[in-house]
Amino acid sequence: MNQVVEGLAPQRVDAVRRPRLDWPLRRVIGAAIVASLVLLALLGNLVIPGDPLEQHLYRALQGADAVGVSDAGEVITSAPLGYDHLGRSLYHRLVAALGLSLSIAAGAVILAAFSGISLGLLAAGRGGWAERLLSLVADSLLALPGLLLVLMVSVILPSTPLALWLGLSLVLWVEFFRLARATGRSVLASPGVEASRLLGFGAWYRFRHHLWPEMAPVMMTAMAFGMANALMAIAALGFVHVGIPEPTPELGTMMVELLPYWREAPFALLTPVLVTFLLLLGLLLMSGSKARTSTAADTLEGARP
Amino acid sequence: MNLPSRLLQLLMVVLMVGGTSYLMMQSLPGDAAWRIAAGRYGYDALDAAAAASVRAELGLEAQGGLHFLYWLGDILRLELGTSLISGESVWVEIRHQLGNSLSLAGAALGISLLIGPPLGLLAGLRAGGWLDRSLLAVCSLLRATPQFLLALVLILLISVEMGLLPAAGHGEPQHFILPAMTLALGLAAVSARLARDAMAAVTQTAFHDFARWKGLSNAQTFWRHGLRHVALPLVTYLGLQFVTLVEGVVVIESIFGWPGIGHALVHAIFSRDVPMVQGTALVLGVGFVVINLLVDLLGRQLDPRGVK
Repeated sequence: MNQVVEGLAPQRVDAVRRPRLDWPLRRVIGAAIVASLVLLALLGNLVIPGDPLEQHLYRALQGADAVGVSDAGEVITSAPLGYDHLGRSLYHRLVAALGLSLSIAAGAVILAAFSGISLGLLAAGRGGWAERLLSLVADSLLALPGLLLVLMVSVILPSTPLALWLGLSLVLWVEFFRLARATGRSVLASPGVEASRLLGFGAWYRFRHHLWPEMAPVMMTAMAFGMANALMAIAALGFVHVGIPEPTPELGTMMVELLPYWREAPFALLTPVLVTFLLLLGLLLMSGSKARTSTAADTLEGARP
Repeated sequence: MNLPSRLLQLLMVVLMVGGTSYLMMQSLPGDAAWRIAAGRYGYDALDAAAAASVRAELGLEAQGGLHFLYWLGDILRLELGTSLISGESVWVEIRHQLGNSLSLAGAALGISLLIGPPLGLLAGLRAGGWLDRSLLAVCSLLRATPQFLLALVLILLISVEMGLLPAAGHGEPQHFILPAMTLALGLAAVSARLARDAMAAVTQTAFHDFARWKGLSNAQTFWRHGLRHVALPLVTYLGLQFVTLVEGVVVIESIFGWPGIGHALVHAIFSRDVPMVQGTALVLGVGFVVINLLVDLLGRQLDPRGVK
């Protein structure tokens, strides 16, 4: 089909392909944004030590130029981004919030990927009842909106990072399960895997050398996309006061706390907004446009002959 | 997915929501009776007598697996129980809120359909052109903006700064605009990309080229051959977008003070009103399965090739 089309209208095919050429560049930009924010979360407190909960009420909503003087007469420049409404260093709150959100999201994605891939391969390999049962559970979970599930888990477990972590993993594993089952089925039926099994190689070898190379690109994309979704959910829950309880710094909670002061200190409100936006943009650029339609494509598989 | 498996899915959703709600009831931190009494009468009027009356009224002593079975029996009789806080029937409350949510979701879906697919189709017809590139940039930016953030920006700009529209409220037509726009922009970003990809794929097919060769104009080719092929992934995706819509509704309704099902859910979770939470979750889950079923049927109308 492709050859025919190329023969028919070569210039149009070129035109369609062109945007794909800058894919790697998009991914590089995305990865650079995410990497710098991860570095900020990891090293931010080492570069400029400080406490995200320490209050200096007389410096509330002041900018970075509000320097304090210690008893010994030294100038303290402890808050490079200024202070929030309770006089806490915005920089250190941002670093802590970023670290918290990233670790919950990464933890959830890792747990979801691990369980989703194992169960997906189990379903693809075993087939029969195991596959039908697992698919039914996955489809039913898919029928419940993710945020709803996280909210329900947060009633069972009190609002802690653990509740968010478990709730998000419960939502995210379905995507990995479906992808692993779809790719796993064709790879497991391939002559390569058959030969590998006959030669006596173990399950881990088959996974490492046959399955993973096939699945890795899709899974990496799904992981970046899952991270973005998890971060968005954490911030959204924080924004409606259901997520991490105060005073623990969290990006969504920071926004809603600083919202009343947007006229006096717009920069203070802008910092968590900008960080959340950059983080999501970076992850979405990394995941590429394919992931956005992966679920749709997956569903379409069943509808097409 | 066919009808029996959708029905099985429906049953599983009911069991899952029921199971989770049962776990919720069991794991309410502290004494459930005290918490519910606090939700009903306020913390000031809370005493042991109030807690005891709540305990007796709700039969909180008789906990165990039986509760789960009772609840399932209620569901079979289409009973969702009574709200622990208001004492009203959960079904009556939900029916009222569901109408509000559906009207908001409908408005959002309508606006998103007016913005997203037309732009995507235009971009897909000239894949790689300036419109395609700028649409990609705008969609990426919109996708990277969480909906609550978009809501915040719209409130600050349009309500607070310009004073054009009310920031919150319900009842007047102008109250619809901001929450519906917030939801619609997020939805349009995705449907525009999908329409663009589908259109670009159609322009590459042999039948599209053949249609052009036999002398059909661009517009004729699009209406006769292009639209149906673009509509299938769009319709399938619209079903999936319903999830995004429901998730958005939970947050957006809380921000704009819209008295819908999402707002009610967040409130029920705050006050640990378990029957309300489980009723709302059930309605949302069942609604999603039903919508998916309708999307499946519509998809078969559009592309009957898959029907065996």
